[in-house]
Amino acid sequence: MKVCRRSFLSLIIGGAAGTALSPLPLKLMDDSSIWSQAWPWTPVPEDGEVSHVGSICTLCPGGCGITVRKVNDRAIKIEGMKGHPVNNGGICVLGLSGLQLLYGPTRVKTPLKRVGARGEGRWEKISWDEAIAEVVKKLGGLREKGKSHTVACISGTDRGTVAQLLGRFLTVYGSPNFIRIPSIQDSYELTMHLMQGVQASAGFDVENADFVLSFGSGLIEGWGSPVRMIKANSKWKERGKVVQIESRLSNTAAKADKWVPINPGTEAALALAIANVIIQKSLYNADFVKNYSSGFEEFKQMVLNEFSPDDVSGITGVSASTIESLAKSFAGSSKPLAVCGRGQGETPGSLNEFMAVHTLNALVGNIDKKGGVWTVPDPDYIKWPEVEMDRIAANGMSKARIDGAGSKRYPDTRYLLDRLPNAINSGKEYPVEALFVAGANPVYTIPDSKAVKEAFNKVPFVVSFSSYMDETAVNSDLILPNHVFLERYEDVPTPVGLQKPIIGLSKPVVKPLFNTKHLGDVILLMAKAFGGQIAKAFPWDSYEVCLKETLGNKWDKLINDGFWADSNFRPAVWGGAFHTPSRKFEFVNKGKAESIKIEGDEKAYPLILMPYDSMRLASGFIGDPPFVIKTVEDTVLKGKEIVVEVNPKSARGFREGDQAILSTPKGSVKVRVHHFNGIMPGLVALPRGLGHTAYDEYLADKGVNFNELIGPVEDPVSGLNAAWGIRAKLTRA
Amino acid sequence: MSTLDDKAEETVEQVETTKCPEKEQKNRACGIILIFFVIGLVGSLAVGWLIFPKLLYSQKKQPIDFNHVVHVAAVEDGCESCHYFREDGSFSGVPKLAQCVGCHEEAQGENPEELKFVEEHVTKGNEVPWLVYSRQPDCVFFSHASHIKMGKLDCVVCHGHIGESKHSRVYEENRLTGYSRDIWGKNLAGLKKDTWDRMKMDDCAECHAELKAKGETVTTLPWPINWMPRPYEKPASSQVRVNIQKDACFVCHK
Ligand code: SF4
Repeated sequence: MKVCRRSFLSLIIGGAAGTALSPLPLKLMDDSSIWSQAWPWTPVPEDGEVSHVGSICTLCPGGCGITVRKVNDRAIKIEGMKGHPVNNGGICVLGLSGLQLLYGPTRVKTPLKRVGARGEGRWEKISWDEAIAEVVKKLGGLREKGKSHTVACISGTDRGTVAQLLGRFLTVYGSPNFIRIPSIQDSYELTMHLMQGVQASAGFDVENADFVLSFGSGLIEGWGSPVRMIKANSKWKERGKVVQIESRLSNTAAKADKWVPINPGTEAALALAIANVIIQKSLYNADFVKNYSSGFEEFKQMVLNEFSPDDVSGITGVSASTIESLAKSFAGSSKPLAVCGRGQGETPGSLNEFMAVHTLNALVGNIDKKGGVWTVPDPDYIKWPEVEMDRIAANGMSKARIDGAGSKRYPDTRYLLDRLPNAINSGKEYPVEALFVAGANPVYTIPDSKAVKEAFNKVPFVVSFSSYMDETAVNSDLILPNHVFLERYEDVPTPVGLQKPIIGLSKPVVKPLFNTKHLGDVILLMAKAFGGQIAKAFPWDSYEVCLKETLGNKWDKLINDGFWADSNFRPAVWGGAFHTPSRKFEFVNKGKAESIKIEGDEKAYPLILMPYDSMRLASGFIGDPPFVIKTVEDTVLKGKEIVVEVNPKSARGFREGDQAILSTPKGSVKVRVHHFNGIMPGLVALPRGLGHTAYDEYLADKGVNFNELIGPVEDPVSGLNAAWGIRAKLTRA
Repeated sequence: MSTLDDKAEETVEQVETTKCPEKEQKNRACGIILIFFVIGLVGSLAVGWLIFPKLLYSQKKQPIDFNHVVHVAAVEDGCESCHYFREDGSFSGVPKLAQCVGCHEEAQGENPEELKFVEEHVTKGNEVPWLVYSRQPDCVFFSHASHIKMGKLDCVVCHGHIGESKHSRVYEENRLTGYSRDIWGKNLAGLKKDTWDRMKMDDCAECHAELKAKGETVTTLPWPINWMPRPYEKPASSQVRVNIQKDACFVCHK
């Protein structure tokens, strides 16, 4: 039998016909589609019992309530907690990606001791006993030599039990150097202190305000409690107006009802010119001014003489007619609110500017009123007995703080971290022999990175309590990793900017994954190891016991609902609200409201570099997790290169996308140029939150850290960092 | 086929009349071609219907042979005694070891399977890796609560008479997808007699379409049952809660 080509074809055709008549094609197609939808390597939650745990997100000071969905023991998704007074179901992109900070590659898994040079990244794993013994030995030695005051501690916050335990430890140990990370909170607290005589935070009744005058605050870019602000912004869209005063068309400006571009750094003058119009046209709240304020006449004379709209128009670049119309609409609204603090509010800013803006609120009488600025007292649930200091501790505590806070020069300021690097480097004060860092990443977040690193290198013993391998952890000698926020209990008092005192409770959503320890427990263990008065100040067996005891009868509510709100809280009434010597609101006039002079010579550096913030860039102690960094557009980060915005008019020959060298008196970096008509000519804007050198491969070595290009500028009144920019130039790469 | 046959006849005729040896050869060749066609046809049918299923599915035994009859008789609440709803309304599915331990802390009888269960799992605290016949792909969202509690459906409708089984069936696992053969159904052609014979999307849709026709308030899929949404169609009545609007896909595919 001869098999020819045709027989073969026939076999194929027969085969094809048979196959078509069998279930094979359809079945294979169906199966392949299922197979390709569920590759075995695609991470999918295992099947199991689904549960939800309510907790608080502490990735930023926003204090949002979260609900974490779990399958068996694994956390699967973070969602906003419905009914929470801050965010009512909303969540931001960072909070949403929080699981990557739990399961991601950047965790420190066990206590580590440096073996290589500082920053080299060579570590030895040690046990918790060894780690604590090491710290106690070092600190004990310093105490014996009467040098307890040379220990300093940088903390992300000073509120809540963990920060308070840390502060308490420092006190009984004998050091006055507990330092909080700076932010606009410092300036607002000081403003409240000087003008209202209270030790309190400023709360903003944003949900009820109907005219918001924002002096550069990134209302929807992370200012205050970010999710709450975005929700409030949606309300203003329906009933209310927002005016954004800013040199750059930020997202907030773009979404505002009116954008008023202003020469940067002249916001205080504009606020006072608005005050001028309000006073001149008698648009102010006469009852408040007459009966509840003091120093008005002096203030009036000052603004009438020095801040006429015409004069200020020359300084700010905002026309006199705009100033007048702003003043009229502000004073004419039923619930106007003026806020300040640039961008996300990480730089404290000029105190004069804060006071000038707060003055506007006072003039229209919206202090402690619906839609206005409320005085929010510090929560008072932490009532531990006074510490008893031994002789060494008392001696240490009597020394001046190394950062100059509370000194004769800056008597009212509580913390001045931005002054610390210089204090260490100049050697004018006493040296810092040991430094603790908790809930903060100062090596990355403090301006003038070079000076900060130099200062770190001068401190012989640095202990980081970070859960992540961040820049500060890399540059420390010992890392005692804390549980991450989804693994621990922690109380979270009133989030920044909220108008009512609340307490949130962060709960362990999953069991700790690694050999980490709660910072609260570490403090208790250290105290126990010291013995004596130090151990006596910490009578609790564990942090959990301490927390439960401290929260007392609020505990059950916190466990069930995730938060506790003081239902009896009402804003203070004007008659008893002010605790200044006059018992009235003080129109404080501390020196002239000059704008803060920024660093650099105008001739050598014709441009001004300013930072900008974005919800997609976490620039605090937490860096962007992989999901979030993916959302950054390429007009901000192109590949690994950072993009700066310049107005085409000041681009000086640089075309869109060109490479350039951006230099300031502090340093030079390579950038790409992006033409942006929304930025005033003469300015360059650079995003914050990039340029990490630590964390993981997703975040490290992308872009430039703004803090490498700028140094702090001391506010003459508060000593806080008031730098809003720095002189800069662009040259060919 | 007919043309082929015609041609064949024609050829035969020609061969007879002319007796040409060349033609005769051709005639034989055509026969051979036909034979090859049939071989191809029959072979591929055999592959498709007989060999393919054997290759596609692997046969697995449950770790423990489970007797539903004994258990159903011993409990009070029928299926829900073990396959219960959690407090939040979610469905517990296949019981966890913790549930079994309540009765089986120690072996209750002499059954070797029970002894194995106690020894291997209860004493050692290892969960039983049950093979779940009805496990759907991860992209499928199915709420037992809305079907059992609200729709008042009987378990049998989808799961068949599994409660009457004395032994665990062999679990046939699709080697490509990793899911059970029960989803596509035993019949490879996709034919079914009973509602529980298959668990594909079409089977969900069939029932939903029927109910909708009866005026019940159920989620319905666009018809013909495919992925094409019909965004312009308005719900037939205000009673239809989730309908063929453009979000219909996301009701079951989260
Ligand atoms: S705004 Fe802050 S607190 Fe709220 S979810 Fe985002 S990171 Fe967390």
